[in-house]
Amino acid sequence: MPSLHFLANPARFRRFCARVLPALSVVTALAVAVGLYWALVIAPPDYQQGETVRIMFIHVPSATIAMGGYVLLAVLGGSLLVWRHPLAALMARATAPVGATFTAVGLITGSLWGRPMWGTWWVWDARLTSFLLLFFLYLGHIALSRAYDDADRGDRAAAILALVGAINVPIIKFSVDWWNTLHQPASIMRLGGPSIHPTLLYPLLWMMATFALLFVLLVLLRTDTEIDRRRLEAAELAA
Amino acid sequence: MNYAVFIWSAYGATAVALGGLVLLSFVARRRVRRELSARGLDRPREQRAGTSR
Repeated sequence: MPSLHFLANPARFRRFCARVLPALSVVTALAVAVGLYWALVIAPPDYQQGETVRIMFIHVPSATIAMGGYVLLAVLGGSLLVWRHPLAALMARATAPVGATFTAVGLITGSLWGRPMWGTWWVWDARLTSFLLLFFLYLGHIALSRAYDDADRGDRAAAILALVGAINVPIIKFSVDWWNTLHQPASIMRLGGPSIHPTLLYPLLWMMATFALLFVLLVLLRTDTEIDRRRLEAAELAA
Repeated sequence: MNYAVFIWSAYGATAVALGGLVLLSFVARRRVRRELSARGLDRPREQRAGTSR
């Protein structure tokens, strides 16, 4: 928490971004290159799913980051409503489109994985439906934060939506345990450890770390831009 | 069934979506910075105050 308070000052946050973003961009690009080579060339085909298991290396990380991104959005919403954290509204505005994109990638890659494995692009089961709802929650947040002439009102309305919508995250996570779904049960974060063979697990964990780096890079970059945009709007109002 | 179509479509869609978002984010940042620069607001407040005196 002290580190979060340290970055609460927008000027300090911008200096932090100026130092971190160039190095983070290079590290992320390298991680993407290594991850793609590992996932597409080195990793062996699965004994049941064959080559289609390679879709897992992008589907699982994007879905995990999409859910993590919404948790961040809810934390930022709480920070805005309770402590009026000066950076929370700007970071929430930056996070929502990034989270929505990761969710869209999760939905598209899941559909492309489902067609050859299940014989269908889509089913209205609990996991897929709750994940689609996550996408609509992100879109709702983006729309609501921009729906008011007064940006502060929009940010507060979107923060309430983020907090209320956070109930959907555990529903997505545990939907495969609570209901009978076509989607497979958890195979990484489960009691008893991962059920995936190490030759597939390690590249998957690498891609999850890579997607996390990309998410952090995008959120920092877009928050930095939001700060500049607010300065520009303030200058236009003052003129 | 030809599985390659599904695999390359998944990676292609991901590249377009995430690569596009990275590109748009950098372009938006550059545009806002250029506008700030045009208004002389790209330097810290203390520096601007020093110049105007």
